Amino acid sequence: MAADPILELTDVRTHFPIYSGFVRKRLVGTVKAVDGVTLAVERGEVLGLVGESGCGKSTLARTIMQLVPLTGGTVVLNGKNLAANSATEMRETRRGMQMVFQDPYASLNPRMTVFATLAEPLLVHRVCAAAEVPARVARLMKTVGLAPRFVQKYPHEFSGGQRQRIAIARALALEPKIIIADEPVSALDVSIQAQILNLLAQLCRSMGLSLIFIAHDLSVVKHISDRVAVMYLGKIVELGTAEDVIDRPRHPYTRALVSAIPTPNPDVERARQRLVLPGDPPSPIDPPAGCAFHPRCPYAQEKCKLAVPPLIADGPTREVACVRLGEI
Amino acid sequence: MPLLTVTDLRTWFHTRNGVYRAVDGISFAVERGETLGIVGESGSGKSVTCYSIMGLIPQPPGRIESGTAVFDGVDLLHCTPAQSRAIRGKRVAMIFQDPMTSLNPYLRISEQLIEPLRIHENISKRDALTRALAMLEEVGINDAARRIHLYPHEFSGGMRQRVMIAMALITKPELLIADEPTTALDVTVQAQILELIKKMQRELGMAVIFITHDLGVVSGLCDRVQVMYAGRIVETADTRTLFYSPKHPYTRALQRSIPSMQAKGTELFTIPGMPPDLSKPIPGCAFAPRCEFAVERCQRETPQLAAVTPTHTQACLRVQAGEL
Repeated sequence: MAADPILELTDVRTHFPIYSGFVRKRLVGTVKAVDGVTLAVERGEVLGLVGESGCGKSTLARTIMQLVPLTGGTVVLNGKNLAANSATEMRETRRGMQMVFQDPYASLNPRMTVFATLAEPLLVHRVCAAAEVPARVARLMKTVGLAPRFVQKYPHEFSGGQRQRIAIARALALEPKIIIADEPVSALDVSIQAQILNLLAQLCRSMGLSLIFIAHDLSVVKHISDRVAVMYLGKIVELGTAEDVIDRPRHPYTRALVSAIPTPNPDVERARQRLVLPGDPPSPIDPPAGCAFHPRCPYAQEKCKLAVPPLIADGPTREVACVRLGEI
Repeated sequence: MPLLTVTDLRTWFHTRNGVYRAVDGISFAVERGETLGIVGESGSGKSVTCYSIMGLIPQPPGRIESGTAVFDGVDLLHCTPAQSRAIRGKRVAMIFQDPMTSLNPYLRISEQLIEPLRIHENISKRDALTRALAMLEEVGINDAARRIHLYPHEFSGGMRQRVMIAMALITKPELLIADEPTTALDVTVQAQILELIKKMQRELGMAVIFITHDLGVVSGLCDRVQVMYAGRIVETADTRTLFYSPKHPYTRALQRSIPSMQAKGTELFTIPGMPPDLSKPIPGCAFAPRCEFAVERCQRETPQLAAVTPTHTQACLRVQAGEL
């Protein structure tokens, strides 16, 4: 697999129990939000993670960050198994991975100035002497393209794009090895979105950062990612280079996803035959037997209902989880 | 004669922090059976335009400063409440962006669906229910006979948007205003909803005003597109012309900043700066501070829409002068 992975996930599972009853709570089911994800991210690599809402991509991000407890499997960051960490070690480990959230209106504390927001991680982790903090903060702001004179302003004084820049600066403050960005541009307008994408791509190049980029917009993912993983109901169904997955999708679900993207080209758009999926994604509480996609899949057969298809190598750079791969 | 003609509409919001000129003098027309796309970034006034036509602007702080919106001979902005009630929800219907908040959580789907029929048509409750059921099946809800008695929270996002569409179309309107109906939905569900809107439009022959910020959605759905910036229309053309030979620098820049239009790995084209603050009067062209072609004249003179061809108008001084 990856030659020099910064992050390795092996059979990661995150399940949430569902309780019923008011006084005597009984377990009535489990939401298998992430169910057996194996994945490696190399140093300096941008991995795109796509899927519909509820497919578990955000839960996977939060699991990697140890924001929700792991049910099973291992997360290894930089050669270190996170589950085996003590609390003090964990604190050290967290410096190596940081997160940027979807909504910059909600992820910044409205009562903290930009300075307070950016200085907090530096002070908590004692990255530098207190006297150096202002200079560091100014440097961070320049890195993300904000003028350091805005340092005493509050989040509400900034536009959405600028707020997302502050959130990125905050993630960069501890000089992490990997950043997980959970839909960082979904809340932004097209022209602002392009600015943030450029910034992220440029940061990855110049600082050798790895990035897990979560989005539902495939054209954005294709643009920024080296490799793309497609998730459906807690599992990865296709994983490969961005060009392979998005230009030549193999799994029926990826095909449907790609065919659903409207292209800004009237002639192409009018001529194309769209593969419209019926229905909604099934509930992760009670997933369909076998391949979770079979109730919506145009190619489904009896054998698809029997066993969960494993990810199988399809060429040197791609893995696909579909039993009918050779036939369709 | 067009179905709807909007002339010189100005909707301003009077707030403590100043007067926001959300919509500042726009004119356009929609023909029967036509699909008009209105594209723009957030704050460009595309939603306020439609809310003004539907009489949904909260007044105060909003105020319609000038303009008319003539729908089949009746000015919706200056008619009596009774006239307006007879048109809104009957001949002009609207669907909203967020199907989670635009359905009433306390009422069963059945009650919400038959409400427009009971108000606008002299029809018994039983007949209304039959029509509602047929409509639900029409928009692709399986097991409609059972589901019609459920509450909105028992539906998924895509299904709620289908219910919203059923509710809007149950009175067979002549004009449907769709305000970003697919923004809150996943791409696969978005594809379903767009197909549904197209199908219903074919069946009912209605006109559609489709508001979106996604140029991709517009390209497959709309006959004509109108681009808005800072409360004004900067360019209108039929879809093909707008995509293949846009004239206004803003339209061109918007198109160039879409990732799928650009080679992978290259630096994305970006529009520098931010949309202007609408609470201050903007002298000259609103896009001038961000425009790569702006000259001194652009900051002084306010551009007006002018025809490039009979079906293509745009508002850029330099294009009009033949300089670009």
